[in-house]
Amino acid sequence: MADIRDTARVYGRVLRAQVRSQWQYRTSMVLEILGSMVVNGLDIATVFVLFSVTGALGGFTGTEVLLMAALSAASFTVADLVAGSADKLREYVRSGLFDSLLLRPLSALLQLAVITFALRRIGRAVQGVVLYIVALCVADIPWTVERALFAAIVPISGAVFFASLFIGGATVAFWWVESGEVANAFTYGGRDFTSYPSTMYGGWFRDLFTLGIGFGFVAYFPSLVLLGKPDPLGLPTAVAWGSPLVAVVAACVATAFWRFGVRHYRSTGS
Amino acid sequence: MARVQTALVAAGFRRYATYRQATFAGAFTNTVFGYLRCYILLSVAATAGGTMVGYDRSQLVSYVWLGQGLLAVVNSWTMLDLAERVRTGDVVADLLRPVDPLWTYLWTDIGRAAFAALTRFVVPLVVGAIAFGLYVPRSLLTYPLFVLSTLLAIVVCFACRYLIGLTAFWLLDIRGVMMFWVFVSGAASGLYFPLAVLPEWLSTVLWVATPFPSLLQAPLDIAVERGGTGHALLVCLGQVMWMVLLLLLCRWVQTRAVRKLVVQGG
Amino acid sequence: MIISARGLRKEFTVSRKVGRFRRERHVVSAVDGVDLTVERGELLGYIGPNGAGKSTTLKMLTGVLTPSAGEVSVCGLEPVAKRTTLARRIGVVFGQRSQLWWDLPLEESFSLLRHIYRVPEGDHAARLKQCTDLLGLDEFQRTPVRQLSLGQRMRGELTAALLHGPEVLFLDEPTIGLDVLSKQAVRTFLADVDKRGDNTVVLTTHDLADIEKLCRRLVVIDHGRVVHDGTLDELHARYRSRRTIVADLDNPWPEGLTLPGAVVTAVEADARRVTLTLDGMAAGEVVAALAQAVSLRDLSVQEPDIEDVVARLYRDES
Repeated sequence: MADIRDTARVYGRVLRAQVRSQWQYRTSMVLEILGSMVVNGLDIATVFVLFSVTGALGGFTGTEVLLMAALSAASFTVADLVAGSADKLREYVRSGLFDSLLLRPLSALLQLAVITFALRRIGRAVQGVVLYIVALCVADIPWTVERALFAAIVPISGAVFFASLFIGGATVAFWWVESGEVANAFTYGGRDFTSYPSTMYGGWFRDLFTLGIGFGFVAYFPSLVLLGKPDPLGLPTAVAWGSPLVAVVAACVATAFWRFGVRHYRSTGS
Repeated sequence: MARVQTALVAAGFRRYATYRQATFAGAFTNTVFGYLRCYILLSVAATAGGTMVGYDRSQLVSYVWLGQGLLAVVNSWTMLDLAERVRTGDVVADLLRPVDPLWTYLWTDIGRAAFAALTRFVVPLVVGAIAFGLYVPRSLLTYPLFVLSTLLAIVVCFACRYLIGLTAFWLLDIRGVMMFWVFVSGAASGLYFPLAVLPEWLSTVLWVATPFPSLLQAPLDIAVERGGTGHALLVCLGQVMWMVLLLLLCRWVQTRAVRKLVVQGG
Repeated sequence: MIISARGLRKEFTVSRKVGRFRRERHVVSAVDGVDLTVERGELLGYIGPNGAGKSTTLKMLTGVLTPSAGEVSVCGLEPVAKRTTLARRIGVVFGQRSQLWWDLPLEESFSLLRHIYRVPEGDHAARLKQCTDLLGLDEFQRTPVRQLSLGQRMRGELTAALLHGPEVLFLDEPTIGLDVLSKQAVRTFLADVDKRGDNTVVLTTHDLADIEKLCRRLVVIDHGRVVHDGTLDELHARYRSRRTIVADLDNPWPEGLTLPGAVVTAVEADARRVTLTLDGMAAGEVVAALAQAVSLRDLSVQEPDIEDVVARLYRDES
């Protein structure tokens, strides 16, 4: 236990050093924090522009749509803060700088997260969480103790899910350095997908993204659980309660994939 | 001169032709987003009774998938090398050449767009046509008008990105500007939803006072024949206006930038 | 035996364009069955031409790369499986890959490393002091790393690699691209590390002066295989490199004069300077014979040129 605390303290120190060095460019960073908050706000606004056409989206009312969009935003922005720079792995692999992570007595994955930590993303994450709290307040939720606990866990499990995607997408770089945009289809694409009710999609695309990859368990199913509504698509409510488990599975798959990737690291570039 | 331009266009084309994996990755991502946006807009239209602000089903399908294809052709999200060359100081070499870098970059970018048109434009279009069925224009005139409007969109978008690149002369770090541009150029150009969805005053302001609709909304509206041929010509005229205005602005800003470079010695 | 490798091999699949669209994939062995043992306290020069597999070997010894085949053990550990444990016991300087924090002053990097490697405060201070004195870090310890010259940075890297008191030090081209003074500082420092004998050092280099000054034992690798393992003298002997004597004379060299054990290879400067290549006999005997035959003004014995030897070696192997 003391050992874990020591280790955490070491990562904390490296993180602080990272933040200190970013703070040297603070004007640019403050602008970026503000800019990204505006952008994030407009992202949510996009959902409501489409909502305004008919006053509903996929059969859900305004506060219900807001809950889904906000849960998606909170999950994504927090994951983005922690692991959003994982795609920088590409540069580390291309230049061979990844070597220096492997030469330290620390986990390479955590080091990557810490050294690519971007303070400028913090504004968005705070905004996403605040928006989620607001959405919880305005939505028509039949509160129970279970639901309250669930409401506290799902943004975390959603963030874990997105972080797993960021890491999984980045890991591809061990084999395929130019893979960047493919990962975007699932990270940023996933954010857009989860911002809307799954009922809006159709065909195999809906099944693949909602259940196959598991995006439904980020915002759509948890929101149904919180709202006390059955799934119009027919997923049993008991399964929807299991959303956090999906995140655990995603995290395990991503870490295993990462380990596999590190063993295939080629360390080229001189 | 004509030979120089051809060479520059060919160079731009060849350079991007070597990025085979990036082309594949990009087309894949555009296609995924195409599915996403297509379903979302169709769902809204279905709830609204079949049409959405005047676009029917097949028009929406064409709107989304053509938009995904055009996104890579006008390429609003990738910055020109210019900004990086300003940062590193290599831009001096560009400015010393007998040809104005504005034109060098423009012709090279047109070469890039030509390659994108043959690859990244085609892939989402084919997928969209097979999976959803595209809108077939009634008038044959629509095709040349769409091509013209797309060409204008490429130049307008180029000019915008060139201006952003030039800001690197004054700003140390243009990431903030870029991020802002990426989002605004997406939302305000009609990538996420047709601008007609917005309140009328807002969409009018965007059309009249900003170049953003010229990037995607203009060619897309022409392709799905929103309004008649006369309307299409008017839209192209607006694009021409923005093109001239922005290129002049590029020249002016570049002159100032060069002066700054001379005065401060980089 | 602190490092041992048996049958160490690393294969890469490379794909090459054939014609316009087809690609051909084939397997290349960057390291092709290397056997290597290093004893505690040794300083080993690991040399070879570009692309011979030097860096790849080092990366397998440090746990960065997973070997395709063979057994490795460093400090009694299997590098990849025990990567983080091993990391505490070795120090690494890989030319272009910095261990330091780009935007932070050197001293802050050092203090971060102390925490990362969990070095007791006292040990850290003592080692840092030693390195600071030997490498003259004082003048730039407070400068952000990005503003350091390459030579200054390399001194910082060496310090960073030694602060946790590693048993083995792996240095990949530590003098590459450095100015003359920094090169000298690095060499003197490494000679000192070697003299103290606490660390085992494995050094790859292209710089033959590094080898002459530092390495008692040389392992030469080419095309992924070890082609020589022994002392520098053995290398000379194997490639019959010879010492030369250059003598300046008071009077012109008598034409046709021969000396036992030496061959005249050049007569210059109005025949007042002669170069003799030794034929295996001790230099002293030849010099004595020379002094008897002519009137000497000045004389120098030149060691064989290692550059020649290695060039010949590389040529031989390829």
